[in-house]
Amino acid sequence: MSISLALFYVAATITVGAAIAVVVTRNIVYAAFGLLISLIGAAALFLIAFAEFLALVQVLIYGGAIVVVLLFTLMLTRIEDFEHLTDNIQWPFSIVVSLILFGLISTSAILTDISTSDQKAVDFEVLGRVLFVDWAVPFEIASLVLLVALVGAIIMVRSTGGRQ
Amino acid sequence: MIELVHFQIVSAALLSIGVYGVLARRSAVLVLMSIELMLNAVNINLIGYAAFVDFTESQRAFGQVLVIFVITIAAAELALAVAIILRLYRNRSSVNLDQIDMMKW
Repeated sequence: MSISLALFYVAATITVGAAIAVVVTRNIVYAAFGLLISLIGAAALFLIAFAEFLALVQVLIYGGAIVVVLLFTLMLTRIEDFEHLTDNIQWPFSIVVSLILFGLISTSAILTDISTSDQKAVDFEVLGRVLFVDWAVPFEIASLVLLVALVGAIIMVRSTGGRQ
Repeated sequence: MIELVHFQIVSAALLSIGVYGVLARRSAVLVLMSIELMLNAVNINLIGYAAFVDFTESQRAFGQVLVIFVITIAAAELALAVAIILRLYRNRSSVNLDQIDMMKW
């Protein structure tokens, strides 16, 4: 077993284990920290696949921004309310559905023969050219989407907002 | 050697865990976290394809550009969802998804 495969198994175990902890834990603050660990494990997977820039973006945006926003949400609502929020009555059904989904996707992934090559990295220059030349218009639209989401979020949580 | 199928199975596992979280949990914030897990599964899958499938270099770069767009949309979606949850908490003082049924006929 090569060392990169061993590293891959470590990162994948951390990612999937922390993700399971997110959906089974009773304490919602632990769930937020499990999400953080899972996202950083995914950043390690990105590094193993030679996507350095995206690992950086993952740690910055997911680890730095999204988890902090979720923790702020927990701060602004009352955490005690979450303590006795148990699972739905449909949780056994949910386990069956997710196991069937996992079986379906993984068997089709194993059985499908995709022509793979050796692992290759993408140069930063090529990535920048593709992002800012070939896909410049979608990039600008994404910035517009972010602006609209920001304005919408501010209007929605304003205490004097709406028709009151 | 690491193969593409390793990334695909990790991605499938994360997606299934996210589906379980969305279907089984009652708290709105936990459902939001499960949605983030599912978006992350998509990112891992795209990165795996960009690294391993027999593509030209600009096609590989396009896979990574798609991941950047997914992360952007995830951030926008999270901001709006957090705003909705805070508004709901202020109006109903609860984040229990079973009690939020005012749009159900």
